[in-house]
Amino acid sequence: MATPAEQLFSHPLTDFPDAQGHFGDFGGTYVAETLMASLEELRTAYERWRQDPEFIARFDADLSRYVGRPSPLYFARRLTEHAGGARIVLKREDLNPTGAHKINNTVGPALLAHHMGKKRVIAETGAGQHGVASATVAARLGMECVVYMGAVDVQRQAINVYRMRLLGAEVHAVDSGSKTLKDALNEALRDWVTNVDNTFYIIGTVAGPHPYPMMVRDFNSVIGREARRQMIADYDTLPDALVACVGGGSNAMGLFYPFIPDEGVAMYGVEAAGDGIDTDQHAASLCAGRPGVLHGCRTYLLDDDGGQITETHSVSAGLDYPGVGPEHSWLKDTGRAQYVGISDKEALDAFHLLCRLEGIVPALESSHAVAYAIKLAATMRPDQTVLVNLSGRGDKDVHTVATLEGIEL
Amino acid sequence: MSRIPAVFDALKQSGRTALIPYVTAGDPGVEATVPVLLAMAEQGADILELGIPFSDPMADGPVIQKACERALECGVDLSQVLAMVREFREQNQDTPIVLMGYMNPIERYGAQRLAKDAQAAGVDALLIVDLPPEEAGVLRQELAAAELDEIFLVAPTTTDARCAVIAEKASGFIYYVALKGVTGAGHADYSGLAEPINQLRRHTDLPIGVGFGISDAASACEVAAVADAVVIGTSLVDQLSQASDKAQAVAIAAQFIAPIRAALDEQSQLKTAASG
Repeated sequence: MATPAEQLFSHPLTDFPDAQGHFGDFGGTYVAETLMASLEELRTAYERWRQDPEFIARFDADLSRYVGRPSPLYFARRLTEHAGGARIVLKREDLNPTGAHKINNTVGPALLAHHMGKKRVIAETGAGQHGVASATVAARLGMECVVYMGAVDVQRQAINVYRMRLLGAEVHAVDSGSKTLKDALNEALRDWVTNVDNTFYIIGTVAGPHPYPMMVRDFNSVIGREARRQMIADYDTLPDALVACVGGGSNAMGLFYPFIPDEGVAMYGVEAAGDGIDTDQHAASLCAGRPGVLHGCRTYLLDDDGGQITETHSVSAGLDYPGVGPEHSWLKDTGRAQYVGISDKEALDAFHLLCRLEGIVPALESSHAVAYAIKLAATMRPDQTVLVNLSGRGDKDVHTVATLEGIEL
Repeated sequence: MSRIPAVFDALKQSGRTALIPYVTAGDPGVEATVPVLLAMAEQGADILELGIPFSDPMADGPVIQKACERALECGVDLSQVLAMVREFREQNQDTPIVLMGYMNPIERYGAQRLAKDAQAAGVDALLIVDLPPEEAGVLRQELAAAELDEIFLVAPTTTDARCAVIAEKASGFIYYVALKGVTGAGHADYSGLAEPINQLRRHTDLPIGVGFGISDAASACEVAAVADAVVIGTSLVDQLSQASDKAQAVAIAAQFIAPIRAALDEQSQLKTAASG
């Protein structure tokens, strides 16, 4: 039998993207010329190493012994009773080291960087989760790590900033534009243009220029492969519906991808509806946006009539992004996946419910998925199953939630 | 019909190097842009690059980022940029204008509509920073139909094979990015510039302009030794940001262009004299 990593890197399921990185009309390589050679170098290296037995063995070992995979599949009995419909099971990515699925997508790229002889990695981060995951793997491989983070986010995520520094990373506060995640991504791209020779850019989501959306999906699809196997082992059937939150969309893509050929499995991506999709205070690029070009790819995004990217709002920093991975845009337009919105308030209610009913403190991002799963399960039969990707844990959000409740810690 | 080929033909006859200044449309102030463009043409700028402001200019350094932010605060959009070109053309029918920007505002405006409106306004070429030739398909057809040139970038990292592809698709001139970095990055080292430029010339007869990092007469002359055109953006935008009104902006632009023009011409005269 193939090892988990071998399964991860074989692409028997779908032919996307094409050789130019296009998912239908989406994806591609929209970057300044200076980066074209580096992206080509990355594509070539990824093609080579993902077939290399030594690389695969190391990646396998890291996933099991460093990350502690597989993550459990957990039947949320009291949440199921509360919803009053289909069985709700949780894929426990919240149990990963560094607190979320993000580590799946830093272990692999860091190993790739190491094999490519790059001594320096850079990353962008919003809430700090991807920054911490990048700093973690860089420390372990003895690489220099620079993380770009919007100045506003540096202010509101002080603990993660310090965590990254503890791990030896340099954190740069980005003062341009809206001083949040999208600006951090711009700044990381600027760093990469300047230091292309020695630097590997670990993008934190399934966005960016080709091959990033494909590569990040592949590394995260360990989530879906495990979940599929676990469902068959535990319940002898596939789930009827998958639910995952979507900011850039890496945890959702990681869960969805291995299920794409399973036509009976419905897929729901849950975007941050903030104060409501009919207001301008949300981050729902698939529900309320339109196709455009941002950060190296063609995808759904939120912009004004002049094509200027608009600022987004969500109670969860990890969903606060005006674009989305191009493969999600493709899944939306082909109808294979549905995208829905959950408001700040609904997500907060789900956060509290999961704390009280299951003893699990979820990340605010993942709370969006939980909130939708409750609604969805209620419309389904008890013999059906909704599989929710619980992408992260909520330690990082305790302060935010307390503040919203008017409690000073 | 683009004015760019005729400009380079004339310069070649007289042995001079083209001077191409860049300003962001609407900075400093919406009223300043057209007078600044006119003044620069008068002081001897051969081609003008006009930046379309964008919220996420990922290939630009802090100076042009701030210029974009200021322009966007004034509400400058692509329609207004085209209006500025129309106004410029009322007084200047000869100096080519290259619109430079990022893809999303162009996508939102519509490729076909933009090609038509840009041509009508008197634009000569487009340079879209985040649109490499691989992705340029639809826009390319529209620009060709409107007889507008499409300027592509070549970087120090561009392989020889890609240079050939880019050269085949480019028109007007080719813009060689002199350094690995964003606009306005520290002073580049131009001593090794001859080799990549000569290598690029093996793929094309188009003129080659060089930009990124050029800030004054001295660096312009260094580049002019091997290039057909010198592009200067950040240091000009930086100086313009000091202007408190339109008149001051015009004065700053004129004072910026004049000495560089003089130095470039002096150098080309020496070259002509030496070879004659």
